[in-house]
Amino acid sequence: MTMKKVFSRPASLSKTPFHYCPGCDHGVIHRLVAEAIDELEVADRTIGVAPVGCSVFAYDYFNFDFNQAPHGRAPAVATGIKRTRPESIVFTYQGDGDLAAIGTAEIIHAANRGENMTVVFVNNAIYGMTGGQMAPTSLIGMKTQTSPYGRDAATAGHPIHMSEMIATLESPVYVTRVTINNVANLMKAKKAILNAFKLQKEGKGFAFVEVVAICPTNWGKKPADAHKWLTENMLPVFPLGTFKDTHGVEKAA
Amino acid sequence: MSKWVINESLCKGCGLCIARCPLKILAYADHLTPKGVYPAAITDESKCTSCAICARSCPEVAIEIYKEEK
Repeated sequence: MTMKKVFSRPASLSKTPFHYCPGCDHGVIHRLVAEAIDELEVADRTIGVAPVGCSVFAYDYFNFDFNQAPHGRAPAVATGIKRTRPESIVFTYQGDGDLAAIGTAEIIHAANRGENMTVVFVNNAIYGMTGGQMAPTSLIGMKTQTSPYGRDAATAGHPIHMSEMIATLESPVYVTRVTINNVANLMKAKKAILNAFKLQKEGKGFAFVEVVAICPTNWGKKPADAHKWLTENMLPVFPLGTFKDTHGVEKAA
Repeated sequence: MSKWVINESLCKGCGLCIARCPLKILAYADHLTPKGVYPAAITDESKCTSCAICARSCPEVAIEIYKEEK
C-alpha cells in the first residue's frame, strides 16, 4: 500500500525553526502566506516587507526575497519596491503595534493611493516583542503592562478598527477580517490571503487582510485558552467579515 | 510508513494539536526533546483519519500527514 502526502511544509517556508513563543499564531499565518505564494507560483518574483515587532525576523522564514522596514514604514517601503519593480509581488506583514500605532499614516496613505500590494495585518491587541504594552487595538478593560487597571476609554480611547477605516477609502479593492481560532476559520483565512495575493497578481490594487490572533505569552494564557478568550472577547469587538470586495473575488472563488 | 510524522526538534509543546484532534488520539510524549519540551505524540495511529487538523493547527508546521492510497 502506498502513502499519499496530505499535508507538509509549503516549499516557500524555509526550514528555519520559528523564534515565536509556543502556540503563537504567527507560525500558522506565515504558513498561510507561504501556501498562497506557492499556489499562485510567484515565489520567484515575490518580495516581502517585514515590520518591527515579533515578526521582525520574518525574512528568515521564507524562501523568497524579503526586506525589513523601519517601525511602521513597511507600506512606504513596499510602495517603493512595487513602483520600481512593478512585475514583482509585494506584500507587507505587520502587527498591530506597527500598523495601527506608529505606522497609521503609512498604511492609510498606501491604501488611499491604491498601491497594488497586499497587506497582512496581525491584530492581537497587544505589543508582543516589547513585553505586552497596551496597543491601539487593546480592548476596553484589558490589563496590559501599561494599563495595569485595564484600558480606560477616558484616557486611552477605544480600540481602533483598521479594517473598517480602510474600507471607507475609495482605492482599496479588498478589505477583510479573518481569524484562525479554529480550523474552519483557519481555512477561511487561507482563502482570504490567497484572494488578496490573487488580486495583486491580476494588478487589481490594494488588498488588506486583518488576522485576529492570540498572544499567549503576554495575555498570560495557555494557547488553547487564549483562542477561547479571543473568541469570547476579541471577536465581539473585531467582528469577522469582508468590508470591501470591489471585484467580487469571494463569490467567484 | 506512518500517517502522522512529527519533527520533534520543532515542537514547542504548545498542545494545540492535542486540544484540536477530533478523535483525541494525540497526547504529550513521556520523553523530553533537546529543547526541553514534551512533544506531541500519537497514541493510536490506527484510528487516525489523516484529517490534518493537527498539522494545520501547528504553529511550528512540525507535523506531516500521509494517507493510505487504495
